[in-house]
Amino acid sequence: MTEIILELKKLRKNFGGVVAVDHMDLTVESGSITSMIGPNGAGKTTIFNLITGFLKPSAGNILYRNTDISGMKPHVIARKAIARTFQNVQVFPQMTVLENVMVGRHIRSKSGFIISVLVPPFCRREDKKNRTDAEKWLDYVGLGHESDKTAGSLSLGNQRKLEIARALAMEPKIILLDEPASGLNARETVVMGRLIEKIRKMDITVVLVEHDMELVMDISDQIGVINFGRCIATGNPAEIQSNPEVIAAYLGE
Amino acid sequence: MESGGFTDFLQFIFMGLQRGCIYALVAMGFNIIYSATGVINFAQGEFVVLGGLMMVTLTTGFGLSIVFAFLISTLFVTIIGILMERCTINPVKKPTVLRLIIITIAVSILLKGVAMIIWGKGSHYMRHFSGSDPFVIAGATILPQTLWIIGILGVIVVAFVVFFNLTMTGKSMRACAINRDAACLAGINDRNMVMLSFALSAGIGAVAGIIVTPIIQMDYARGALLGLKGFGVAVVGGLGNSLGAVIAGILVGVLEALSGGYISSHYMDAIALLILLLVLFVRPSGLFGSSEASRLKEF
Amino acid sequence: MRHKDYMGLGILLLVIIFLPFVITNDYYLGVLVFTALNCLTCIGLCLLMGYAGQISLGHAAFYALGAYATGILTAKLGWSSWMAMGTGVIISAGVAFLVGVPSLRLKGHYLAMATLGFGAIIHIVLIAAVNMTGGPSGVVGIPSLHFFGIELNTDTRFFYFSWSTVIIGLLLALNLIHSRVGRGLRAIHGSEDAAGSSGVNTSVYKIKVFMVSAVYASVAGSLYANYVNYIDPGPFDVMHSVLLLTMVAVGGMHTIWGAITGATVLSLLPEFLSSMSDYFESLGLSYQPDYDTLIYGGILLLMMLFLPEGLVDGMNSIRRITSTMFIRARKKLVF
Repeated sequence: MTEIILELKKLRKNFGGVVAVDHMDLTVESGSITSMIGPNGAGKTTIFNLITGFLKPSAGNILYRNTDISGMKPHVIARKAIARTFQNVQVFPQMTVLENVMVGRHIRSKSGFIISVLVPPFCRREDKKNRTDAEKWLDYVGLGHESDKTAGSLSLGNQRKLEIARALAMEPKIILLDEPASGLNARETVVMGRLIEKIRKMDITVVLVEHDMELVMDISDQIGVINFGRCIATGNPAEIQSNPEVIAAYLGE
Repeated sequence: MESGGFTDFLQFIFMGLQRGCIYALVAMGFNIIYSATGVINFAQGEFVVLGGLMMVTLTTGFGLSIVFAFLISTLFVTIIGILMERCTINPVKKPTVLRLIIITIAVSILLKGVAMIIWGKGSHYMRHFSGSDPFVIAGATILPQTLWIIGILGVIVVAFVVFFNLTMTGKSMRACAINRDAACLAGINDRNMVMLSFALSAGIGAVAGIIVTPIIQMDYARGALLGLKGFGVAVVGGLGNSLGAVIAGILVGVLEALSGGYISSHYMDAIALLILLLVLFVRPSGLFGSSEASRLKEF
Repeated sequence: MRHKDYMGLGILLLVIIFLPFVITNDYYLGVLVFTALNCLTCIGLCLLMGYAGQISLGHAAFYALGAYATGILTAKLGWSSWMAMGTGVIISAGVAFLVGVPSLRLKGHYLAMATLGFGAIIHIVLIAAVNMTGGPSGVVGIPSLHFFGIELNTDTRFFYFSWSTVIIGLLLALNLIHSRVGRGLRAIHGSEDAAGSSGVNTSVYKIKVFMVSAVYASVAGSLYANYVNYIDPGPFDVMHSVLLLTMVAVGGMHTIWGAITGATVLSLLPEFLSSMSDYFESLGLSYQPDYDTLIYGGILLLMMLFLPEGLVDGMNSIRRITSTMFIRARKKLVF
């Protein structure tokens, strides 16, 4: 638990005059669950978008296993085994649940355009393996029985699980979960918490943005508190709960 | 008359001004609907055609006076714009960009088909508003109709500034364009604003068609190219930016006329389109817009 | 899903084999050849629009590139038809790459307008570049295609050949759809962000599928030139691009069968209407080919308003509704 997998150094992002993230420092230890909390609009999703390449930082660096990945394209970052989910669930609604997860196998398979056009599906060994792998991940998150439905027809809770299954199918080293429990009821939230802990046990580092404090305090090893684009405090759950600055930010002094 | 280099140049500039004003009007039509709804109306060119053809029928067919025919034609196309919004845009419950594009394309084909059946395939001649004897300036000629076009564009721009900045309805429309939810909360009926935007846009399209018909002789199939260039101009000026549209329109019109004069008249339209495509590729936010802001818009 | 696809292919194959025994009139076979060419172009367009979710309003340009490559290279330079078709494919794919790189960075309306502008430019060039394209009068004397020594100079022969091409095109498209790449493309349609974060190189995929769809259109264009032996700029205007889009949208973008259905229905519709003209006249209406534009526009609008998922999906939902009604009715009878 000492190796550092992800490090944000003096990260900054501004949209014109609006500063969304400023002077952001954060280190994530390999195999940990790190949570980012903070009020709405504090810049948490922006940080995720910076790490996964959807936005380019205005200044600062993002180090992943000691290499700078800032400014790389999303698909390049994905190939480095960094997976993510989205705050507003992004499944592929027209595709079946199984096919959704098979998209997650994209970086673990190779066949390109020419082979895809010329070789019929029943002759592809790679595809069969992708299918069985995808089925495995669906079972893992508990959606095995839904595999032939279209993803758009699932409930929100199941869509969130599907997104996680798709991310896990990438066999990531680190997974970024953007509010996985939002919109879920109390029971579903508990299930989600167990799922996240199960993911950590596979030695996958988890970075979590979440508003459900109970869930965050329950499972996190480290918590970073973000306010106005800055990290105002880091520490374990107990430290955060007793930090006066955090209490001030949350109670709105 | 001796045609020196400067005289030619001036002649092309006049021609460009005249085209540019028309493009500017078409572009403003695109802008109004885009601002209110985020939709690009592919039937914008058809509004222009219908305005022009209606004007021809009313003046040469029914012998109405120019002013009277002008008003009726504009009203006619405005009503078509309102009908289009009520019948094809308003009822769509789950609009996706692709579906809205195809719907406006369908309306444009439909209007084109109707125009062809009513007015036939030939082009229609209409007399100029106030005679066709050109004025001569430094050897170059300028038609009175061109002055009409420039003047009417000026009047419409002023009317626009007044409408959007000084009237309650205009301000409401701007509010809707900036943030529809907030505008609704403030008690503005956004559905009516959308309808109004189609009405205004159709009206402006009609005016463009009416004033240009004496010069280009309108036919049913002109809508596509006019619409395409008008859209290009709207992009060059920055989508939603009406003043930008006017400047960009004149710029593109003049460039087109110059390339027609000095390079090749056959490729004039292609060159204009190529310039517009290049701007679209290099600066989709337009010459006067900030690139960061347009990337944040949902496109 | 897949089994259904291959069953569909089998049925299509049977229909094609037996159709010329039923329809012996050369004119109608000719109409069916044009239908096949539209199907071929629409398969490509469907891959682009329905599966990858990228609109193109310039596909008539690729159809034109194929046709003119064949026309110019065979009639003027004496190349073999196959070489010409291959060159057309390479040119179309190259142009698609050049246009696609900047265009496909654009989205929605911008992309639609950019492709529309591209199509308009190509059409203007076809008319204006008289030395090369023959201008408005076009290229004449394009030889027929030879296939293993058989000259495809009768309507029946070309019917079989063109529809075989459709079957092959369909087979290849189905391969693509049910593959890793196909899933990547559909993912882009579903959510470009999620596709990117799953490792799909979205910009490269969009360009490649644009090139694939251009190749389909180009082959169809070459076949068109070989079949009619004469080309002019007329059929390659912006309106034809819009018509192709209409075919795909009317049939239903989300499945390749929708594209085939749409292309077939809309290609046969004008013939059907003009064959009904006697009937219309008895009702006091006169039907003229000029009404086609109006009818296409009307159909497209109605489809988008009431059956936005297209005919194929529409028929499925109608079947679902009628079957539940049937079941209910039976229950009532039993009790």
